[in-house]
Amino acid sequence: MKAAVVIFPGSNCDRDVIHALETVSHISTQAVWHKEPSLPEGTGLVVLPGGFSYGDYLRCGAMAARSPIISAVRDHAERGGLVLGICNGFQVLTETGLLPGALLANLSLEFICSTCLLRVERTDTPFTNAFTKGQIVQFPIAHHEGLFFLPEKELEELEANRQVVFRYASADGSAGPLSSPNGALNGIAGIVNREGNVLGLMPHPERASESLLGCADGIGMWDSIKNWLEGRLN
Amino acid sequence: METVERRGGIGMKFRAHIRVSLKEGVLDTQGKAVRVSLKNMGFGNVEEVRVGKSIAITLDAKSREEAEKQVEAMCDDLLVNSLIETHSLTLEAI
Repeated sequence: MKAAVVIFPGSNCDRDVIHALETVSHISTQAVWHKEPSLPEGTGLVVLPGGFSYGDYLRCGAMAARSPIISAVRDHAERGGLVLGICNGFQVLTETGLLPGALLANLSLEFICSTCLLRVERTDTPFTNAFTKGQIVQFPIAHHEGLFFLPEKELEELEANRQVVFRYASADGSAGPLSSPNGALNGIAGIVNREGNVLGLMPHPERASESLLGCADGIGMWDSIKNWLEGRLN
Repeated sequence: METVERRGGIGMKFRAHIRVSLKEGVLDTQGKAVRVSLKNMGFGNVEEVRVGKSIAITLDAKSREEAEKQVEAMCDDLLVNSLIETHSLTLEAI
């Protein structure tokens, strides 16, 4: 079981993800430069990390989504391999079309850097099986373009297909737009594709993977991925 | 997109002006903020502000049709996200 973390020019959370995967969760992890044409042999999980790929020029994630490595990431996803996009990685996934939607500027027009509560909406995914349904977890957010947007009809389909995995929440467990720090529609913080093997989320699980960092809820995501890749769920 | 000759041509030079704007119904937070500022400055009659972007591209092409085809391909492939944006294009020979 191996993970690959793609580094684009301007990525800045790649080392945090590698640390969380390798040092904290003992998942063998390799960094992959975006110009590589292929992923390392035996890759089970691809992570597109946070940062400001290509300086966020044109649209966040737009140019990274046209990088050479992306066709290999697309093939990996089509074969059922796991793909996780965090923050800018989520923006890249929407720009590739591997996930629906777009991330617009936060409602407040401010860059928001804070801790954040999320409600786990699904536990039947490769990324969330170690959580309990409705569990409130704390991952930090740090973004300027995090307002999840989809036109009304597509948004209804997304909800009907149960593709929302994480929603911004309040401490009392209520979730939705009112708990959303960035104005995301329906309070959406993270979604999967129809097949469930591609997840994108704005909050950062890798920054919540050690108690030293103030919270270790993110470990639940790495444990979930390990469970899935090591076939412990069936 | 394979049918589009990407190397450019020899001969004519064109300048394309692409105006990209957010689609109706897509929340324009920048536009809203600018509207509030304009109101605070005394422009109370401003009803709505939409902020977009303008992209100018200079290119060589064999003909106007070829240039237009190429710029439209650039819009489809990278410059415009059709989920949230629309664009208009003008092309001038230079």
